[in-house]
Amino acid sequence: MSEFISMRSVIEASYFIAAILFIFGLKRMSSPVTARGGIIWAGAGMIVATLVTFLFPGMSNYPLMMVAIFIGGVLAWISGKKVAMTDMPQMIALYNGMGGGAAAAIAAVELLGGEDHGLVFGILAVLGGMIGAVSFSGSLIAFSKLQGLMKSIFRFGGQQIFNLFLLIVTIILAGVIVSQHGDITLVVVFFVLALILGVTMTLPIGGADMPVVISLYNALTGLAVAFEGFVLQNAAMIIAGTVVGAAGTLLTQLMAKAMNRSLANVLFSGFGDEPGEASEMTGSMKSIEASDVGVMMAFANKVLIVPGYGMAVAQAQHKVWELTQLLIGRGVDVKFAIHPVAGRMPGHMNVLLAEAGVPYDIIYDEDEINAEFATADVALVIGANDVVNPVARTDPASPIYGMPILNADHAKNVIVIKRGQGAGFSGIENALFFLDQTRMLYGDGQEMSSQLIQAVKSL
Amino acid sequence: MIDGFIALYIFMLAAFVGHEIIGRVPSILHTPLMSGSNFVHGIVLVGAMVALGRADTTLELIIGFIGVFLGAGNAVGGYVVTERMLEMFKSSNKKSP
Repeated sequence: MSEFISMRSVIEASYFIAAILFIFGLKRMSSPVTARGGIIWAGAGMIVATLVTFLFPGMSNYPLMMVAIFIGGVLAWISGKKVAMTDMPQMIALYNGMGGGAAAAIAAVELLGGEDHGLVFGILAVLGGMIGAVSFSGSLIAFSKLQGLMKSIFRFGGQQIFNLFLLIVTIILAGVIVSQHGDITLVVVFFVLALILGVTMTLPIGGADMPVVISLYNALTGLAVAFEGFVLQNAAMIIAGTVVGAAGTLLTQLMAKAMNRSLANVLFSGFGDEPGEASEMTGSMKSIEASDVGVMMAFANKVLIVPGYGMAVAQAQHKVWELTQLLIGRGVDVKFAIHPVAGRMPGHMNVLLAEAGVPYDIIYDEDEINAEFATADVALVIGANDVVNPVARTDPASPIYGMPILNADHAKNVIVIKRGQGAGFSGIENALFFLDQTRMLYGDGQEMSSQLIQAVKSL
Repeated sequence: MIDGFIALYIFMLAAFVGHEIIGRVPSILHTPLMSGSNFVHGIVLVGAMVALGRADTTLELIIGFIGVFLGAGNAVGGYVVTERMLEMFKSSNKKSP
């Protein structure tokens, strides 16, 4: 018996160390200087916790366990190594969904097993299982939407009421399961309903709002893990799950704020449901040749580059960085201005630029850089549209009215690299393109960047 | 035994810690941080292992197996993508630490 107790102490001590490593790891991840070390700390915590769990007293099925870890680990490893940086958001959604599914699986085993843990633990097990299942199926839908496996926004009449009804039925069933322990049919129906709820909740939400939803599911999975941690009396799960739940909730709010949307707005209504009567654009778009832009930038004092998701889609970030280096070599002050929602989710553009080798200290946030546009000679907008649309400041009828934007229109010259004349992601005409100081450089982002490099080199 | 009010205290303090960590994070790190926190809840693997370890019936074994498989995917995948993203963050004056 004493051997058992000391084994437990070893396990508990290891979990304690793992929890500390997770917290400090996350803390380090919140600064770009120490971020790299942060994930390694957290990874060490994960390895300690996983290894020590094999020593848990009274367990069996080890071969099965190792096979499951091996298959899951190898598949995730390969997919994680292979995924392109532009596809990162949906990959995070997928891994997050797996976590939610695992939490639901724990709940299912605990609820099916004859052992009755008492009322409080029963409630926590059921709640965690439900949240986990919703997060699992919801994340899978988010993944398929962003991956392009599923295009349309799927809506039907009375969807909100249907979801509410489904939620209530699921909760009632949860109550029944807590009071009558171990009924297999009920448990199965409960999980099926929770999975359907995750699907119907996520279906009506458009692709632009997906990052907020993924972040929300991330927080929810954390919460589910914490609840199952209480059920299993596992301190590492409780602490790590709760920390992620709280951090994820805050992160979700920050993202929603950066997109000028409230969370309720994202979840319960579609973007552009009632398109306002946007005012007609006057004036015309004026085009320009790459060689002229090259001259303009090479002899400028300050150039601000505003990259958008279009740049990443065109895989132009490497060329843009090459151009930036050339300009810096000529003594031009070049900075990148990043809108919080540039890319698919906040911070995604920074990852994409970092991949191309752009150092993070010439990349600036919207609030840091916005005042500088007034002193910039050239603002180079590449693949961005809505985030530089002055209509957000001026036209209350516009759907993006009130969204914080980058003040590219304050620059002396604005160059917009764009494929064609179409409207942006939200389908709104961009007033910036019609300004007197704006010139359009029509063409593929990568092709145009190469031409700009040639133009600057030939000077 | 983690029970009653002790459980509530742990829950509350951990929630504060999570809130504090994210409090002043620059938006350039939102994506990696979301990915990082996604990795951290991969600790669910540990719970899934315990659940599978205690499973008796075939149904429990199947669900437990799926749980461990999913948990391992969460932990390993979360680590790999977070590490890949953070590896790329470099400063212009010095090499990354």
